[in-house]
Amino acid sequence: MSVVTIQAVNKIFGKAPNQTVALQDIQLEIEQGEFISLIGPSGCGKSTLLRIIGDLITPSNGTVLVNGKPAEKARLDRDYGIVFQAPVLFDWRSVEKNVQLPLEIMGKSATERAARANQMLELVELNGFQKHYPYQLSGGMQQRVSIARALSFHPQLLLMDEPFGALDEITRERLNAELLNIWSHTKTTIVFVTHSIPEAVFLSTRVVVMSARPGRITQVIPIDLAQPRGMETRELPRFYELVTQVREALRGSEGIK
Amino acid sequence: MSESTLPGALVTNAENDVMDVLGADVAVPQPQRFKEGVKIVLRFLVVFGIAMALWELVKFIGGSPWRFSTADGALFNLEWFPPFEWKIASDLNMPHLWDIFGALIQPAQRNGPPLVNVLAQAAVVTMTAALAGFLIGTAVGLFLGTVFAHSALLERSLVPYVVASQTIPILAIAPMVVVWLRAGWWSVALLAAYLCFFPVTINTLRGLRSPDPRAIELMNSYAASTWATLWKVRYPSALPYIFTALKIAATTAVVGAIIGELPSGIREGLGGAIMNFNQYYAITPHKLWAVIIFTAVVGILFFITITLVERVMTRNMRKLEG
Repeated sequence: MSVVTIQAVNKIFGKAPNQTVALQDIQLEIEQGEFISLIGPSGCGKSTLLRIIGDLITPSNGTVLVNGKPAEKARLDRDYGIVFQAPVLFDWRSVEKNVQLPLEIMGKSATERAARANQMLELVELNGFQKHYPYQLSGGMQQRVSIARALSFHPQLLLMDEPFGALDEITRERLNAELLNIWSHTKTTIVFVTHSIPEAVFLSTRVVVMSARPGRITQVIPIDLAQPRGMETRELPRFYELVTQVREALRGSEGIK
Repeated sequence: MSESTLPGALVTNAENDVMDVLGADVAVPQPQRFKEGVKIVLRFLVVFGIAMALWELVKFIGGSPWRFSTADGALFNLEWFPPFEWKIASDLNMPHLWDIFGALIQPAQRNGPPLVNVLAQAAVVTMTAALAGFLIGTAVGLFLGTVFAHSALLERSLVPYVVASQTIPILAIAPMVVVWLRAGWWSVALLAAYLCFFPVTINTLRGLRSPDPRAIELMNSYAASTWATLWKVRYPSALPYIFTALKIAATTAVVGAIIGELPSGIREGLGGAIMNFNQYYAITPHKLWAVIIFTAVVGILFFITITLVERVMTRNMRKLEG
């Protein structure tokens, strides 16, 4: 069964004659366990599409099903976790309390919350930082806390909006590898928005290439690199071929008006 | 994913959040905090000392003649005639500091207790009313700010009236309040509350709207109730704004209480003391100055209390790096 089904989705902001067509005729199906990257030029609507999947924005037309339910129901059932480009941690809470936030809202007991938070911090390799405060952590560490928080209630789907965009290249590559490691453990379906072609190719099972505004899906490129992927994967000839393929698809999509 | 939505659990967790801000360990070690405190006090004393020296220096250069003598002039008789004559530095306009402080320790009236005791009692009367007014004003301000933050309709309809209420001079409202409630302690408290609630309302509203929109998106992704978002995100984010307003409200409450005492016919408070010494200013200007300084100290102490509470409550809130 598809985890996410998007059919004939349009999104128009504003009213005529000053409206912006952010997304046009989006059609996409995402299967369980996939890692999908959405890549495209700035303003192509990939973040908007991500938020439509999460029912944080309503589409103007079309249907979105998550886990077979309408997107709104899936949100109310807490079927997904979300990670933004900024960590969006609460500075008045310690690291472990930040990770426990969704669990508190879901009414879990204190013992269960503590157990899950420790489990998640272990997963993102931040064990021992439970009592620290966000200001004491680097940007990369804060983002890992954000990921731990998103996964703390074991959602089937993870939405990520350029989570490593604000980090330097070295940290980014390391976190890419960590994310794949987490993905292999949790078997979550991931929808990942990015600007970086190597990142998209390294992480994904399929790369969805989008055009400039109005955003359309121009091409979906399957990535056939072997799992598990590591630092060596980036040096394979096949990696470079796929990066070139994505780059050409992007260049081509910019030509479409 | 099924969840338990016990309202009780949510409220308990919400209280835990406010307690989180209060409860975690302080990162700065104790001896360092003490040294910082000592430095602040020393700095204040130095500045105050310089101000006092400047005061007397001005009088030395251009004030009324200085005279020190014992009762009959037998032991010593010192005089100093300043080279200039500045009206502002005369003994009427700027009494000598020792006269002002002397007025505090001397009886206010013949055979009465020292002025400082009289003023202390007056301060208790005024400050209880000011404190009550402050608490009422804060409660109303927090309530209105919260309501306005959640209803743009109510905000747009009512904020103009809230603003207009503050442009009416309190002296115009005071008699109305006194007639309505009968003269007394409550009318003073209410007048103080009237002046307090406005800054708290506006800053609460601003603070509740200050969180990163993505934090609100995050709460939506958890299908959190408006209540949960309010307690877990909006109020903690609003605390710095609210405390700024509380500091303004604290001093405003003291002023409001003092002014409110006059039309309320309360003689026992600081307002009454000020009016009393006001009448005799030409004869004994240093007494009025003594009252003014005493009142200022009371107001400052109130302000410092709020600042200390703020430091305690927000010690875990630091800016995220980068």
